[in-house]
Amino acid sequence: MSIRIDPPMAMLAELTHRCPLACPYCSNPTELLAKETELSTDAWADIFQQAAKLGVLQLHLSGGEPASRRDLVELVAAAREAGLYTNLITSGIGLNERRLRALDEAGLDHVQLSLQGVTAAMADRIGGYKGGFDRKMHVAEIIADIGFPLTLNAVMHRENLDDLPATIDMALRLGARRIEIACVQFQGWALVNRAVLQPSREQVDAAKKTVARAIETLKGRLVIDFVPPDYYSDFPKACMNGWGSTGLNITPNGTVLPCHAAETIPHLQFENVAKRELSDIWYDGAAFNAYRGTDWLPELCQGCDRRDIDFGGCRCQAMAVLGDASAPDPVCRKSPGRAALDALLNEEVQAVDAPEFVFRR
Amino acid sequence: MTGADVPFLPRGVRTHFDAVRKVDVLLGPERVLVLDQVGTAVLGRLDGVASLDQISADLSAVYNAPVDVIAPDVIAFVEDLRDKGMVHVHPH
Repeated sequence: MSIRIDPPMAMLAELTHRCPLACPYCSNPTELLAKETELSTDAWADIFQQAAKLGVLQLHLSGGEPASRRDLVELVAAAREAGLYTNLITSGIGLNERRLRALDEAGLDHVQLSLQGVTAAMADRIGGYKGGFDRKMHVAEIIADIGFPLTLNAVMHRENLDDLPATIDMALRLGARRIEIACVQFQGWALVNRAVLQPSREQVDAAKKTVARAIETLKGRLVIDFVPPDYYSDFPKACMNGWGSTGLNITPNGTVLPCHAAETIPHLQFENVAKRELSDIWYDGAAFNAYRGTDWLPELCQGCDRRDIDFGGCRCQAMAVLGDASAPDPVCRKSPGRAALDALLNEEVQAVDAPEFVFRR
Repeated sequence: MTGADVPFLPRGVRTHFDAVRKVDVLLGPERVLVLDQVGTAVLGRLDGVASLDQISADLSAVYNAPVDVIAPDVIAFVEDLRDKGMVHVHPH
């Protein structure tokens, strides 16, 4: 059976792995790419043109910290020239009024500001960067003054999930239109700290109630998107909305990935935009076709009524927990892998003394 | 929402012709909505001046359809977009 391959809608451009913060839940790989390997401004501009021709509508400029790139304003201008809806995903560190106004002139569509905590004590501890919270609040004021649409991206875990009501209040206070309440997903560096970051079931239940209430009371004022901690879910997330179906990711050196954690799957081979057209990599690349569609799914998933809802879940999670990227996501209650996930959850959440964070330095 | 409301597309939300898929889309923060002909016609009239009632009356004349059929659909469509944060409404 052949699979119909649609063009991608969204592209995540990891402009750099450099970042002034040291968050213990960093989703970037455990081995980072050095500055010397980063793509040039022109190379990125060419990728943006190729992406738009391929069908990408939304571009997310990310990192690391994208503001660590000195050519950020030029990159935004190049993205808009290509016709892409351009979103900047930033901690705010490295931005100031002059740069933000230049980004405005370059046509930046939207800013997504990450939040490590609602107090300076919490935020600076999690980010491992003293004074970071105050700088972020200052940047948020300038963002509001310019009028950029703002999403607050609050990364939640055991240490700050109880602050959820205050986090939602902060989104309102900063004039955000949208808040993404993103419970840590365990990929990359975050796996190193899973035992410290995993919230308790009680915390998760309380958070779900808070979210449901806020969605109701803030309707029309604040859009709330909630990414639950998926170890507590019964069924897996539809990761990437299906592998190779909707989005792609470019690493700082131009490697093209089906998702940002895909390099954790050792048998896949990834291609670089320096060597091959983006369109060929999307439609024909071996890594993109490895888990595309549902034909590759195991027997258990083939007969399941959720097959076309979650597509077997997250490949990188199956790899991380079970060591087998083609197994059903171990979050799934119907899968044999769930026992391994439950064992991890019990062991880590019930530990009396949570271990210390291993900061990313 | 009511027919007296005056909606508009806020900064960061715009319509775009998707030349690859040959459809009109509405682009906003983290969202892409594919528009049909009616959606395009409604959004093309969101100028921050016209009320929903005026937009419905205009569409009724252009498409030669009864306004009491069109108006509820227009309000429901725009209200859904407002809930998604893609449309804002001028305060009365």
